[in-house]
Amino acid sequence: MTLDARIPSGPIEQAWDKARFDMKLVNPANKRKHNLIVVGSGLAGASASASLGELGYNVKCFCFQDSPRRAHSIAAQGGINAAKNYPNDGESIYRLFYDTVKGGDFRAREANIYRLAEISNHIIDQCVAQGVPFAREYGGTLTNRSFGGAQVSRTFYARGQTGQQLLLGAYQALERQVHAGTVTMIPRTEMLDLIVIDGQARGIVARNLVTGKFTVHIADAVVLATGGYGNVYYLSTNAKGSNATAIWRAYKRGALFANPCFTQIHPTCIPVSGEYQSKLTLMSESLRNDGRIWVPKTKGDKRPPNEIPEDERDYYLERRYPSFGNLVPRDVASRNAKAVCDEGRGVGKTGLGVYLDFSEAIARLGEKTIRERYGNLFDMYQRITDEDPYKAPMRIYPAIHYTMGGLWVDYQLQSTIPGLFVLGEANFSDHGANRLGASALMQGLSDGYFIIPYTVGNYLATNKFAKVGESHAEAQSAVTIAQQKIDKLLSIKGKRTVDSFHRELGKILWDYCGMARTAEGLEKAIGEIRALRDEYWHNVTVPGSGDDLNQSLEKAGRVADFFELAELMCIDARDRNESCGGHFREEHQTPEGEAQRDDEHYSYVAAWGYRGRDAAPELTKEPLEFQYVHPSQRSYK
Amino acid sequence: MSATISVAEAHSRKNRAVTFWQSTNGKKVVMAVTGAMMFLFVIGHLLGNLQVFEGPEKINAYGHFLHSIGEVLWIVRGTLIMAILLHIAATVQLAIRNKKARPIGYSRKEAINSSYASRTMYWSGPIVLAFIIFHLLQFTAGYVHPEARFVEGDVYHNLVSGFQVWWVSLWYIFAITLLGFHLRHGIWSMFQSVGIAHPRHTQTLKHAALLIATLIVLGYISIPISILLGLVK
Amino acid sequence: MKLKLKIWRQKNCKEKGKFVQYAVDNVDPEMSMLECLDVLNESLIERDEEPVAFEHDCREGICGSCGFMINGVAHGPERATTVCQLTMRHFKDGDELAIEPWRSVAFPLVKDLVVDRSAFDHIIEAGGYISVSTGNAQDGNTLLIGKDIADKAMDAAACIGCGACVAACPNASAALFTGAKIAHLGALPQGKPERDRRALSMVSQMNMEAFGNCTNIGECTGVCPKEIPLEAIATMNRDYLLASCKKREDIATDISPVIELTAKG
Repeated sequence: MTLDARIPSGPIEQAWDKARFDMKLVNPANKRKHNLIVVGSGLAGASASASLGELGYNVKCFCFQDSPRRAHSIAAQGGINAAKNYPNDGESIYRLFYDTVKGGDFRAREANIYRLAEISNHIIDQCVAQGVPFAREYGGTLTNRSFGGAQVSRTFYARGQTGQQLLLGAYQALERQVHAGTVTMIPRTEMLDLIVIDGQARGIVARNLVTGKFTVHIADAVVLATGGYGNVYYLSTNAKGSNATAIWRAYKRGALFANPCFTQIHPTCIPVSGEYQSKLTLMSESLRNDGRIWVPKTKGDKRPPNEIPEDERDYYLERRYPSFGNLVPRDVASRNAKAVCDEGRGVGKTGLGVYLDFSEAIARLGEKTIRERYGNLFDMYQRITDEDPYKAPMRIYPAIHYTMGGLWVDYQLQSTIPGLFVLGEANFSDHGANRLGASALMQGLSDGYFIIPYTVGNYLATNKFAKVGESHAEAQSAVTIAQQKIDKLLSIKGKRTVDSFHRELGKILWDYCGMARTAEGLEKAIGEIRALRDEYWHNVTVPGSGDDLNQSLEKAGRVADFFELAELMCIDARDRNESCGGHFREEHQTPEGEAQRDDEHYSYVAAWGYRGRDAAPELTKEPLEFQYVHPSQRSYK
Repeated sequence: MSATISVAEAHSRKNRAVTFWQSTNGKKVVMAVTGAMMFLFVIGHLLGNLQVFEGPEKINAYGHFLHSIGEVLWIVRGTLIMAILLHIAATVQLAIRNKKARPIGYSRKEAINSSYASRTMYWSGPIVLAFIIFHLLQFTAGYVHPEARFVEGDVYHNLVSGFQVWWVSLWYIFAITLLGFHLRHGIWSMFQSVGIAHPRHTQTLKHAALLIATLIVLGYISIPISILLGLVK
Repeated sequence: MKLKLKIWRQKNCKEKGKFVQYAVDNVDPEMSMLECLDVLNESLIERDEEPVAFEHDCREGICGSCGFMINGVAHGPERATTVCQLTMRHFKDGDELAIEPWRSVAFPLVKDLVVDRSAFDHIIEAGGYISVSTGNAQDGNTLLIGKDIADKAMDAAACIGCGACVAACPNASAALFTGAKIAHLGALPQGKPERDRRALSMVSQMNMEAFGNCTNIGECTGVCPKEIPLEAIATMNRDYLLASCKKREDIATDISPVIELTAKG
């Protein structure tokens, strides 16, 4: 199999214009005759549903929560990047493009990223028009801040709730279309399979989570915007409900899964406090703008932070990376935190934590300024830990936060199954091996507002659609498979709960496929995952029935998919014999301990295809070419 | 999902005044406006009553004056009666709606942010109404006169002899205190209901409401207390 | 520490519910209220009983999924805190917590502590937006919006739609939720053109759902995890009053209470 990414020829600056011009259009009168399905209602899904509805398509939008407004995009705190250059500090579309390619450690497509940088400006305008209350200067202009390793101030924000405000903007646009009758919102419903007929994605099998009823929904194209799979680690900053089931079942229907091992560990989360811990809470990365990260110089120093004198503290990021200091990219910051904790210099009860200290910033700027900038984050920290960060430094530790991998898509965001489009975190496209801060919101909205409305139209205009009913054999067999899986999970009646399996799976992945990986460890992980998966299918217990709201059953199905995905992640990580971005293979590092890429052998997207339950997945490579930004060793020194 | 909307659209051509009255917000505006009218009356009435401290001539003259402007007095009375009826009608309709909005109550419910006065409006209102009826029967119509004798036209005498009956005074003080509670929430609430509110002024307004309500209560109850203590004879 | 949890159990809206008492012996003061329920649920599943259904998702206080009454207070004793961020250190060893769902006809019960809040979506659907389609926007800086205005809009926009306001209101009124959106959009110049229309449509829808009315007592803002100020309701009242005075024949204005129409349980 060869992968055609359908990247337009010619200069990168004109690629998107050219692509749009080359796309076929759907006659306005015909638009309402096309049924479209959008799964997921986060930034990508809601913006796509709204925009497609505005164009006149007949859209059904699904989400598993009770309302589209709950999607986990809502939790993004820090901000959204755009190449506006309002601060006049040297920002440009090209610089945003350049930084993103470099930040992704040269493992993403140049053309996609250039388009993302180009569209970024339209996103801000669109959101302002919708009434998103971005932070403003006294004079009334939009405020920018520098964020997560960027040397220009290109991040727009709405307090510490940027994701919430952008999502509510998209949600309101979506509700407007619901009112207009172009979008039908179907909440509390989970997609359990993709219906592929004659090689085209033609619908989904969905299960109502309250009644347990299965329904078949037929459409001319299916758009997946179901987010990332960070919850495979059990402990992550994702919402508890975030899951990989939709993309995983699409994978099993023939869509390729790209770079599954590229996961991002966020450096500033509140450390784990005990066994019962159900999720990790992120503290916005913007805290690193004013906070200084340190650990004691000596191992096992258990003195309270305020009693450790200045010269016995190791500001290790400032020491190792003098030019970027505390603002190095996420992967670098996370890895260094792990390194100092592995040396035994970690702080807190568990020894898994480093200090993030604001005392110097408070002395320099005053407590009032710090409160204005980070008040809500400080409050949240205090609420959870009962410690006052104005008085003592915060304790932070890295946590799984984002997954750069996802279903493979071409430049038009179409997967390897015609008619199946994948947006936002669910696809693999724009962030390579590491995502820069404030880029996820940008990508989700770019895909949903400004790309999918064109590319779906092109697909609809250039393809023919046979008339298909809900009783089609393919649809009914998909329902049967989904039903059998549910019945099976309910009938095992073993001894262990779903969560106990999930926790154990997460531990395996975190230990062997987390911040640092080795070929040997990954091999071991694959064995352990398989054994645990076998035990799962014999020993899990799922109480209740399949015909009412059964949250254990929902989890059970999702965890079953996580097992399979976890194995693929390890296979991909083992196969990629290099370190890049969030993927750090201990065998491949520079003498200073930095990630060592192998561009000669691994400058490609690893797209995996499903070949059956016990067969090894098939690897297809999409070579990456860099015409504009030439791969270099990333250096933040 | 938009089933509920089409119901609204089907009836969209109704008279605006009717639809306004039918909305919960509209009724609250009516309650605010009628409440404001009654509040003004309460102040005016108090100022009139306080003349009792200036002796029989003054207050009896005031009583004669009110009777001498016949038509105007009846216009004022009519307006007040309308206001009371509208105030009550809106309250009853809203209360029924509220009752239906939560048919199954909580096993336990704590109030954490509301004043005692605001939570007891449904009690203070009817009791004050009952009091007003009794009060009118006693002092205006003279049908009920637990005191020795009701003299038509001799306001001062009726007042003093009326309040010399201890339970009349007690009932009066009790009802006026409840009226104070009602006003403490009502004075602030009417601004909120018509949309005049600003975070900076809310506290001031609430304090002002408390102050005004207290002054009104003190003003009214000073009369029976003075009579009981024999300061006014 | 050990806690006694008295939790409302109800299989669905048709069957009768009741309180069931559970003892949880291994409560860590650091865990959140939801994690405490997780621990209880794990033990229930191990005993082959049905776990307590409760809604939750982000567990960082922003998605608005979670929420129930704890000892008669929506989201429990801590101000400005959702139950997912309410740590158990606020309780004492041996405490008994009465846990029950939001109760309102407009929020029909789904199961145990889970209620259906789609009435909120309907209110937004009726007009809680600025009617601008993708691609119509001018440069973001063309509209100058003073910092104080942007801050005011943000204060109201912080609403997470959890429903605590309705739950805490003795009248089960949705005025704070509706007012917050009206205040957010109305404060911004982008939202001005539709201000009248929005107030009429949203209030109309709010009245058509089976919510009670606002008696201005302020319980809602007391339990609001985002501390949306009560003035948001005044803004709604003002916008509605002014809009009603103007001629807007084409707007849905039938606002008679239709509790029977929407009541489901």
